[in-house]
Amino acid sequence: MATEAIRSNVNTLEYYPEKCINCGMCVAVCPHAVFAPNGKAVQVVRHEACMECGACQLNCPTGAIAVDSGVGCAAAMIYAALTGKDEPTCGPDPEPTCSPGSEPDTASCCDTNTSCCG
Amino acid sequence: MEQTPSANRDCGCSLIPRAKKPATERAAEPSPIRTTTSTLTRADRRDHFLARWGYKRNEHRVEPGLYALGNPTPESPVFVSANYTLSFDALRSALGGVDGHILVLDTYGINVWCAAGKGTFGTDELVRRIESTGLGEVVSHRKLILPQLGAPGVAAHEVKKRTGFKVEYGPVRAPDLPEYLRTGAATPEMRRVRFPLKDRLVLVPVELVHALLPLTIVAIGLGLLVGPLAAVGTAASVLAGVVLFPILLPWLPTRDFSSKGLILGGLTALPVALAAFLGSPGAAWWLRAGGVLMYLLAMPPVTAFLALNFTGATTFTSKTGVRREMFAYIPAMAWLFGGGIALTIAVTLIRLLG
Repeated sequence: MATEAIRSNVNTLEYYPEKCINCGMCVAVCPHAVFAPNGKAVQVVRHEACMECGACQLNCPTGAIAVDSGVGCAAAMIYAALTGKDEPTCGPDPEPTCSPGSEPDTASCCDTNTSCCG
Repeated sequence: MEQTPSANRDCGCSLIPRAKKPATERAAEPSPIRTTTSTLTRADRRDHFLARWGYKRNEHRVEPGLYALGNPTPESPVFVSANYTLSFDALRSALGGVDGHILVLDTYGINVWCAAGKGTFGTDELVRRIESTGLGEVVSHRKLILPQLGAPGVAAHEVKKRTGFKVEYGPVRAPDLPEYLRTGAATPEMRRVRFPLKDRLVLVPVELVHALLPLTIVAIGLGLLVGPLAAVGTAASVLAGVVLFPILLPWLPTRDFSSKGLILGGLTALPVALAAFLGSPGAAWWLRAGGVLMYLLAMPPVTAFLALNFTGATTFTSKTGVRREMFAYIPAMAWLFGGGIALTIAVTLIRLLG
């Protein structure tokens, strides 16, 4: 289905009005009032204000919004570029090898990751 | 019921048992309900102060789980928070006189916004915490009030599908909660993130603390090798980037942080360059020019680089925008700085030898 997308070359925010069911979640979650209600579907009113946080994309139940969200801090991106990692992450702790709350295969996750336990 | 513990060193890891218990056995034990109040004690304020200055950054935590605020009944509202003390305390101190339940997610001592971006203030953790606390048995309704800035990590429709609880996003700032509760809705202004001076200022101490040691070492080194003005120039360019830039941010002319930083760095370099000019009256014109130019070249990129890094401390800059800035300005910063350092070395050597 070829849907018209609302795009801009300032950022990666894309909006597909035909998929919008007017639930208003994007309007509620956006910290910069990028979206506004407009009758049967929402409207992008401040495209350039989007900071690509991804809240709208995540809370849109129909997938009418797409954006390339992720860590936007220069230090993390520089570090990732220098160390050859794919995706920069934020936070003072190194990533624990067990993702939070998941079941590790062995209990040794906590033995090796003393950093996360202070 | 326990009182709210102060900064608790427990983290997610210790909740995972050493010997794997079967899932059913673990699910049958809901975690204890703790009590909390909306009063901030002197110990709380001290904790906030230390957190703002970067002292033991990851240890400002409260225990995740369910908290009773005031005298809640099964009909009382449920508020969701991160386990960073500043987040938890901002929420409860805004709810004076309110009877409610606070569900604290384990975000490893990280604030709501950063944890949401990282995914730890997320759908999975929320679902997990609802189940482990037995929230469904504690309240008769099925509504959760989440901070709006948790939205980058939480898919409301998915929480509803998995737990039956409906997520409502409350205002960005906790102090707007009483009004939000009274009217049942958030105004557009409550949903807008602003970056006023007060919010910019609280970010300065922790950046300053991190910069102080490297700055002192480099300044002393350059002071000995090149001269006292070099130490002053180093300190000035760093402090301009770390302290002045956050303060002056909206009043600097251009749109992106790097060019704003270059402008501020240039302005900071002018008095230092002037001092270099006035301090070398007897020198040959080209040596004098070099002694002035080295500050004009080396100082602004330092400030600009620190300004570029400040993008990570804001909720305004996009990943695309920062990446664009990096490609546009880092080469320029490197050339300017390299040129300034090369000139500094040349000038210093000529002065020593000549």
